[in-house]
Amino acid sequence: MSIIELNKLTKYYGKSRGIVDVSLDVEEGEIFGFIGPNGAGKSTTIRLLLSLIHPTSGSAKVFGKDVMTHGAEIRRDIGYLPSEVYYYEGMKVVDLLKYSASFFNCDCTQRMKELSEIMELDLKRRISDLSYGNRKKVGIVQGLLDSPKLLFLDEPTSGLDPLMQRKFFDLIRAENERGVTVFFSSHILGEVQRLCNRVGIIREGKIVEISDIRTLQQNNYKKVRLTAGGMDAAQFDLPGVTNLQAENGTLSFFFKGDINTVLKMMGSLQVVDVTIEEPTLEEIFMHYYE
Amino acid sequence: MNANIFRHEFRSRFKSVIIWSLSLAALVFFFFALFPVFADQAALMDEFLAKYPPQLRAAFGMNDTNLGSVMGFFSFLFMFVQLCLAIQASNYGFGLVSIEESELTADFLLSKPVSRSQVLVSKFLAALVSLTITNAVVWVVSFMAIALFHGENAYDTGTLVLLLTSIIIFQLFYLSVGLVISLLVKRVRSVTPYGLGLAFGTYILSAFSGVLGDVALEYITPFKHFEASAIVAKDAYNTPLVLLNVAVTLVSLGVSYWLYLRRDIPAVS
Repeated sequence: MSIIELNKLTKYYGKSRGIVDVSLDVEEGEIFGFIGPNGAGKSTTIRLLLSLIHPTSGSAKVFGKDVMTHGAEIRRDIGYLPSEVYYYEGMKVVDLLKYSASFFNCDCTQRMKELSEIMELDLKRRISDLSYGNRKKVGIVQGLLDSPKLLFLDEPTSGLDPLMQRKFFDLIRAENERGVTVFFSSHILGEVQRLCNRVGIIREGKIVEISDIRTLQQNNYKKVRLTAGGMDAAQFDLPGVTNLQAENGTLSFFFKGDINTVLKMMGSLQVVDVTIEEPTLEEIFMHYYE
Repeated sequence: MNANIFRHEFRSRFKSVIIWSLSLAALVFFFFALFPVFADQAALMDEFLAKYPPQLRAAFGMNDTNLGSVMGFFSFLFMFVQLCLAIQASNYGFGLVSIEESELTADFLLSKPVSRSQVLVSKFLAALVSLTITNAVVWVVSFMAIALFHGENAYDTGTLVLLLTSIIIFQLFYLSVGLVISLLVKRVRSVTPYGLGLAFGTYILSAFSGVLGDVALEYITPFKHFEASAIVAKDAYNTPLVLLNVAVTLVSLGVSYWLYLRRDIPAVS
């Protein structure tokens, strides 16, 4: 069953673009990565799904229900970690978490203890005394507190140190193994690569690609580095070759297509060294942004 | 109605309610404590006031005020009570949903399983209960002060009740109008200037309305809808103006509800 279904979802803020014709499905139990640079419309999409803002056109369903008409009901099973966490400054962490839990039918005291222990969060401190990273931790505990079925993570790792990031990822993986669906928005590709099954790439408000993360890496491009005597960069200017760069007698480029074409070309050269590898998501990503 | 939101809202405003209530209690009590002096010198006071130009007297709503009588004196101080109540109610109205947005906690609240209408109704009722506490304090202190200091002078309890009953309608006006303006403007960054603006603005309009004798201004400002000296003098409300006041309140509430349900919550920027 699709947990999230977006159908030509469009949002304009007055005249300025939010997102345009975004259609995608997120299946139950998957970790869906949503990547794009700042201002591409990642937060807009999440805020639409939480009905914090209203779509200009198109529709969005979560758990098979329309977000505009069944918002409150849907949010019963949603956890949300915003990219910037702001809470009532005067409150203590524990009071804020209790207030948050009071909206759900759960006795969350035990879970609050567990989560804050994992994230090393001091419950007795005031929100106003917390650093950015610590606020983020409050956000994480708060988002996971009611054991939601669907998690929205909007750039969740900013402000967390690498150790905390790892703990956080372990936490998310554990949740996912329990069957929780995760919608993970980020502009850091490494973390998406580590965690997600599928990714959607958004650029200037439009989806440019949705695919399995393996497919994206394997089927699309090969990264080739070649050092050989007596070669000419122009030789490799074949169809399917992009990003061709020559440096100190070494050629590097991306290739998409039948790899034999490149291999045949290499056969005629005195090859010193060659590597053919999958590009990192980062490199694929840059490619989409050119 | 959501009890959690109500409780949270009520608590966050509690300190402010206590401060407003105590200040108003002090204002009513100590101001009215001066009454015996005025009553003794009634003739002198009237003579003294008669020397002021009528425009100035009108600006303070004192044209048909007899400072020597209990209710006449009380209606004079009641104008200052109204001004304070207007500032308090406007502040609560402007802040009702805008504070949550400017401090960016709206995302937290609205991503919870509550509908917009539950949020707005709970917040509104919490503010209303807060205002009612202040209202109740004014009632009690008014009765106490008059009982203590009226001396030999007779007064009509019915008139006093009539005057004090106007408070809740008056508060609802500023609460609702503050709310609707906060939803009509793009973003309220700070509540206080708006609250003071609305309260003093309408007060000054009322004062000018006295100076110019201009009829048109009477329709806009609650200080005219519930002009204390007029209520005391006639021992009745000016019904059309009160109905107008209630109508503005109801329209503001309706429009606020409509706007809030359709509102795009501004994101961090």
